[in-house]
Order: sequence, then C-alpha cells, then structure tokens
Amino acid sequence: MDAILLQILNGLDKGGAYALIALGLTLVFGTLGVVNFAHGALFMLGAFCSVTFQKLLTISKQVKDTSITFFDAYKEMPYLELWFGDFGKTIIDYSVPLSILFAIPVMLLIGLAMERGLIRHFYKRTHAEQILVTFGLAIVLQEIVKLTFGANPIPTPAPEIFSGTAAIGSLFGLGESVVYPWWRLIYLGFSLSIIAAVFAFLNLTTFGMVVRAGMMDRETVGLLGINVEKRFTIVFGLAAIVTGLAGVMYSPILPPDYHMGMDFLVLSFVVVVVGGMGSLGGAVAAGFLLGILQSFASMNEIKSIIPGIDQIIIYLVAVFIILVRPRGLFGREGVMED
Amino acid sequence: MSNVILEIDNVQKSFGGLRALKDLNLQVEEGKVHAIIGPNGAGKSTMLNVCIGRLAPDSGVVTFNGENVLGKKPHEINQAGISRVFQTPEIFPDLSLLQNVMIPAFARREGSFKFNMFGNVCNEKEVLEEASHILHDIGLNEQEHDHAGSLSRGDKRRLELAMCLIQHPKLLLLDEPTAGMARHDTNRTIELLKKIKERGMTKVIIEHDMHVVFSVADHISVLAQGTIIASGTPDEIRGNLKVQEAYLGGAHL
Amino acid sequence: MNINIPSIKKDLFVMLIFSVVILSMPMWLKPLGAGYPDLLQKFAIFGIFAVGYNVLFGLTGYLSFGHAAFLGVGSYTAVWSFKLLTMNVLPAILFSVILAGIAAAIIGFISLRRSGIYFSILTLAFAQMFYNMAYSVLTPITNGETGLQLSRSDPRIIDNMMAQAGASLPSPTLFGLEMSGYSGFYFCAVLLIIAFFISQRIFHSPFGMKLQAIKSNQTRMKYTGYNTRPYLLSAFVISGMYAGLAGALMAVTDPLAGAERMQWTASGEVVLMTILGGVGTLIGPLLGVGIIKYFENIFSAMNEQALLAAYSFMPDWLAKVMVTITSPFVGEGWHLTLGALFVVIVIFLPGGIMEGLGKIKNLFKSKKKDTFTEQIPPKLPEKAEPQKEVS
Repeated sequence: MDAILLQILNGLDKGGAYALIALGLTLVFGTLGVVNFAHGALFMLGAFCSVTFQKLLTISKQVKDTSITFFDAYKEMPYLELWFGDFGKTIIDYSVPLSILFAIPVMLLIGLAMERGLIRHFYKRTHAEQILVTFGLAIVLQEIVKLTFGANPIPTPAPEIFSGTAAIGSLFGLGESVVYPWWRLIYLGFSLSIIAAVFAFLNLTTFGMVVRAGMMDRETVGLLGINVEKRFTIVFGLAAIVTGLAGVMYSPILPPDYHMGMDFLVLSFVVVVVGGMGSLGGAVAAGFLLGILQSFASMNEIKSIIPGIDQIIIYLVAVFIILVRPRGLFGREGVMED
Repeated sequence: MSNVILEIDNVQKSFGGLRALKDLNLQVEEGKVHAIIGPNGAGKSTMLNVCIGRLAPDSGVVTFNGENVLGKKPHEINQAGISRVFQTPEIFPDLSLLQNVMIPAFARREGSFKFNMFGNVCNEKEVLEEASHILHDIGLNEQEHDHAGSLSRGDKRRLELAMCLIQHPKLLLLDEPTAGMARHDTNRTIELLKKIKERGMTKVIIEHDMHVVFSVADHISVLAQGTIIASGTPDEIRGNLKVQEAYLGGAHL
Repeated sequence: MNINIPSIKKDLFVMLIFSVVILSMPMWLKPLGAGYPDLLQKFAIFGIFAVGYNVLFGLTGYLSFGHAAFLGVGSYTAVWSFKLLTMNVLPAILFSVILAGIAAAIIGFISLRRSGIYFSILTLAFAQMFYNMAYSVLTPITNGETGLQLSRSDPRIIDNMMAQAGASLPSPTLFGLEMSGYSGFYFCAVLLIIAFFISQRIFHSPFGMKLQAIKSNQTRMKYTGYNTRPYLLSAFVISGMYAGLAGALMAVTDPLAGAERMQWTASGEVVLMTILGGVGTLIGPLLGVGIIKYFENIFSAMNEQALLAAYSFMPDWLAKVMVTITSPFVGEGWHLTLGALFVVIVIFLPGGIMEGLGKIKNLFKSKKKDTFTEQIPPKLPEKAEPQKEVS
C-alpha cells in the first residue's frame, strides 16, 4: 500500500510537467492548427530562464576573504550579498521561484516572436512542412542555448527549506517510510494551480470563450469577424508561458541542459496523442496518467517481470492508443481520426 | 426486362439525430442511365457514399451484381466494377494528365496491388496508348504532360470522368458532373455522357440541372428526405405532382 | 511544368554520367579540399541513406522520423556478423539489409495504419523505443553506452576455420581487400551506384508512379481500386533496407556501432538532406548530402583563426565584426547553421535546390520566349490539404 502511494506520488510531479507541456502544445494545435515541434524548446528555454536568473542574481565581485588570515585570499561575493547582506542571500536562495517573475515576460516575448516571425506563415501549409520548420527552429534554439550555456547540465537548486523531504506517510497515518521531496510536492501544487488558472481563463473570460470556440470550429469563428490572428498570437504567447513555467519550476528536479527540450518533445507529443489531439482536459489527464504509469513501470517488482519496461512503457501506450482509438482517450469524435 | 445490377434494399443511415436515409430502396437496371434528382439535403450524396463503401449504413443491404458490397473496402468495391466521379473533382493534382488516366488503367489491369518496381512506365505501350486515346476523347490531349492541378475546374471534372471511363466500370456513379460548369462545358459533358451511353455502361447520375437529366436519363428517381418518392421514365416524372411538391418545398408535412 | 514519361535511353544515359561522376569523385573533389577517403566514404554512405529515404518521403509523402533506427539495426548487425562469423563484408551487408528490412516491416506495418502527423509520431515513438532499449534491456546486444566493438577474442567462426587468428585486431575486408581508405570508398561508391540505379527504376516504374499518386491523393487512389497499404509498406521496407545498408557500411568503414546513431534527431538529419536537395527528385537528395557533408567538414573544422584568415581581404575592423557574427555558426556551432538552413529551406524553397534550379531554368526559357508568347509562371504543386472526409 505504501509502495503504491509512493509510486503514485512519484508519478504525479512528472505527470504535472507532462500535463503542463501537453497543455501548451494542445492549445497551439487546437487553436492554430499548427504542429509545433519547437514546443519542447519552449520548456527548455523556461528552464534556462531559471538558470539565467540565477546567474544574474549571483553576479559577483571579488572580495577579500577575511576568514583566511595568513595570506591574501579572495573570494567571489555576489553583489546582492554585498549590498543586502543576509536578505541578499535569501533572495539568491529563492532564485528558482523568483525566476517565475522573470520568466513570464521573457517567455511571452519569445512566444510572440516565434508566432509573429515564423509560425504565422505556416498556418496554411501542410502538417509535414509545419513539423519540418519547427523542428529546424528547435535545433536552432537548442544550439543557441548550447553555445551560451555550454553542454553540461547546470544545477539550479531549490530554496534550502524545500530541499528536504516531507513525511507524508505519518501525515496520512501510513508508514514512516513514505517520504516525498518537498520540492516535488510544490511542483505538483504549482502545476495544478497553473492548470486551474488556464482553465479558468478559458472558461470565465470572453477571450477564453472565443479561443474555445476557435478550437471547435476555426473557420466559423474567423467568419464571425473576430480578429483571429491577434488572438492566435496571444494564445501562442500563453502556451509559451505555460510551457516555460513548467520548465522553470522543473529545473531543481532536473538540472537544465540544452537537449532536454528534444527529450521532452517526444514525450509531450505522446501525451497529447494519448489524451486526444485538441482536447485540453485530455492533455492534462493523460499527462498525469502517463507520469504515474511510468513511475509504476520503474518499480523493481515490475521491472523484474518485464525488463526495460520503464523505458518504453509510454511509447507502447501511445502506439496502442493511436492504433485502437486514434482520437485519444478524451478527443472529440472526428478530430484527426483519419 | 433487363437485369438489375445495383439494388439498394431498405438502407438506413443517421448522422446523430438526422436521418439522412430512411428505408431507401432503389433498383438500377443494367445498361441504363438512371438519374437521381431531389432537393438539397435529400441524401443523394450519402446514398452514393454508401454504395462505394465510404459510409457504412446503419442497416440495410446493397447488392451489386448479385454480391453484397457492404463491409467491403473501397478498393474492393471499385475492383468489383463500380467507379465514381465525385462532386468536388478528386484527381491527382501533382501528376500529369496522362499519368492521371494511366493510374486507373493500371488498376484495371493489375488489380489492387502489384509490386512491379522494376518495370518501366515507358514499356507499357498499351496503357500509354489507351490513356492518350481517352484524353483525346475528352479533348485534353494537348495538355497531356501538364500538371493536372493546373487545369480549370471544368477540365478537372472531365479528367476525372476520363479516369473512371478508362476503367470500363460496370457501373459508373456520377455526382453532379456538371455542377458549377459553364453552359458550354455542360454541353460538352452531355455529349460525352451520350457517347458513353452508346457503349452500354450502366450509370447512376445525380444532377440538379434538369436539362442534363432529361437529355441523358432513361429512368429517373426522385429522392426527398432520405427516401425515394417517385420513380419512372422521364415523361412520367415530368407530370408527377409529388415531385413538384418536393421541389417547391411542400413536402415537409 | 511538364512531366514527361521517362525513356529508357535517357535513364541509361543518366546512369552512365552518374557512375562516372561518383567514381571520379576523388579526382574532382581534391581541388575542393574534400578528396580524402573518410569524407568520400561519408558522401557515399549518407547518399545511400538519403536516396532510400527519398523512396519513402519523396514518393509517398510519408514523413518518417524513425529511419535512424534502421540505420542502427544495420550497424549492430554488421558488427555482430564481424564478431561471430567473418570479417568479410558481404555477409555483414546481407544480414544488415535483411534485418533492417524485417524491422522496417514490423514498424511499418503498425505505423502505416495511420497517415499524416500520426504516422510521424508513431515512427518517432518507435525510434525512441529502439533508442531507449539500446541503452537498457538490449545492452547484451548493443553494449550500451560504450558501443559495440570488435575484440580479439571474438569467435569469428568462419574465419577461424579458414586460418589461425592473427595477433592483431582484424579489420573488415572484401575477400582480403581491406575496407579502409580508397578501397573502402570505391566499395561504398559501387553500392551507391547500385542503390541509385534501383531508386531510378522504382521512380520510373508503374509502382513508383502509383506511390506518387498516393502522395498526391490517397482518397482517389482507394476509390480507383488500389489497396494503398501494401504499396506504402513496400516503400517503407525498401527505404528501411537502404538505411540498413547505410548502417552496415558505417560499420564496414569503421567497425563499431553506438546507440547515438539511432536517436530520432539523427533521422532529422536525413530529412534535412533530402529536403535541401529536393524531395521527390532523383538526384536532389544526393545533392543535399554532398552539400551538407561538405560544409560540415569545412565549417566544423573552422575556428576564429581560420575565419580571420578568410576575411583577411577586408579592412581590419570589418573582419573583426564579421568574425563575431559568423563565429557562432562554425566549429561547435555547425549544428546551428544546419538548423537555420533547415528553417530557411522549408520557408523559401520547400522544393529544395532542384526546385531552385528549375525556377532559374524557367526564368531563362521565358525570357527567350516572352517576345511572342505569353508564358505561364512555373506552378508549384498544389499544397495538399490534410485529407478531409466529405460526407
């Protein structure tokens, strides 16, 4: 029982990341009709927002190290610490959550630039061409990041107080052994609130209503005289923010490197396909579902029966779904069923 | 009385709440040109889609040449001898006109699959000859090496008709072959249809243009709200009150 | 634009020219600084890969991201053949092609149940599965991250029956002819010529014409009496076998196999080569391979010093500016150039270099003619909308 709960919990934070990425991807596909292979790159750029922000906060000056007395030693001291002392230290410690504030405008700009500069010209072209051009874009973005930040993963630690584990087990009256890293718990809560925010935005605002109508029937909405193009741009920006924030908060779990975008891209497509192309709820549900499934597959008990299953389970599920129910678990009938 | 080649028996088809076809019965005699007329939304195209395996009916039977065609794949139905001209021209826009008609010619000769990757198209003298011949028939032989996608809409439809004719189908289904055509083009198509009528091919033709219908049809059936309300020779249909009602909108009782 | 029915005479003529051009590559590439065997082998091997990929993508329009997996299967099979049986390359190549064909048949059979973007995602999922398994469950076969290598203690049953094992690590041979250096290149070149010949035959066969018709309008194909799936599967398997052959040749010229060859982004490279040259044209993919591999060779070896030398004709300050602008694109940054090239090509020249050449040709033609006849501008093939079901 404990073990199962633990696996579910383990799956949930990963599932949260999958769900957020897939949500962005579905928004773009559903409204714009564009298959965006550069979507993984948005996740990666989000993670690097957190890296950049951390670097900005820790811009340092060489100061004399007073703890060493018998010769002149120097150490790097971030300006923030120099200026604000302990408060500066705390800010640096909280760089990951704080970088959300930094990432929102940055990701919005990146999203707008991407849509205006490239994606816009591909609405009317074939899916194959959309795939190819966004794939090229993904390579470009990934290489730029590689040139700027190097090829190695860059650790971006979570704030100190969240570095420990939460004793969930004793909280719920289960075994003491059930512990769960705080930061993962926070990630789960964070992804849930972002998802809730996106759904609230889509369901409660006029803008959201138009977007949802557009997902149902793009042509009609265009015919109603609504400026679809402008809304497309905004939706793309929104998707970029959602995906980017998923990356920001994921950076303490997985130190960002330049190819994490490509790694997550395939996964996010798999999630979208399983959930159903164009279904927002489906993307979220499938994200969590696949996250949990993956974490169960990596249990030793299961791996001993089917070795290596944890590596391929998600893809197997995707293949199965596409063959048996191509509209996905929650997709509407007739959407991309050909 | 000649043989019945196509028989639609009690076919039902609903889309959600809409009953597109209800208790549809139709018999098409061999060698005849059978026109289906009826107001928009009467279910004419749905009927053709059921015949060629594009849609599966909810119930009922469609028999072609004594064989049930329901549940068969589209290519099997075509190989059995039914070809169809679509309402919006379905051609191969990236291929040349000549290739467009060669493809169906190969389908008739080689069946639904042949793995002849080492053959050479230029060695297929008979097919090439037949293809140029039919392009000549429809008056498109001068553009035979052009992209089919660059043709005018009317020419595309004629090309599609040629693609079906080269298969020498037992039954040819035509879905509004003259819709959206200029009068001049329409007359040309009527000429073409009359020409193939002499060859004794059975045809089912859906048409709004009464001029076309009364110049080519041997038999006319009127479809309204998913069911046949009248059937007979052109003269009989001309005087039928029910038909006039259906067209004038009085049939919504 | 005219589409003419090909003639056998013209085909043979093209073949002849092609063979001469390929076999004389060491001579005419020397002045261009690319006349050394390693690079020439790469041209030939990736040429085979791209020619095969074009049979699928070019003729049927099915965009596969899984072909690197077949490349990997080919490489592993070849190395195992070296390890277990003999250092002779012929059995290695034979087994590789067959096994890659089987793998392609399985993946193709499943993936081809869907078309369009679903097909791409399915092949992507399979490629990723292969890649992940090569690092986990299949390590006994793939030797995981280290990669599969030859060792002196390999059984090599057939070779050891013939003669006593030598003291040093053996290398792949063709009946005693070492497969390194120029002999390796000529071996690959001959196979490339055969591969090109086969692809030419496919393009000009009724079979190839039907594949093109499937790309143009699959719905029409079905209602014209064709069972399209076996056609697609044949094309998929053929292109998978080409990939297997290319993989085997990689192992022949350098007998080790690693899983990184199977990553799905590696499939992206062959897509790029095919597109750059011209999808669906016979010679285009080879042009793409030539250009990319040639510039990869030059660009990735470049550094700031070399750039400075290249800009030496400019005033000093301009040269410095140019170096700053261009240096991210060379050396380590070669992939950046590649990605940017990809984007530019898809946006401006989706038909690749061949389309560009065609445009230039037409420009000249119309200039000559426009004095007496009105010339219709060359028309791009109509963009096929994703298939819609019409009720």
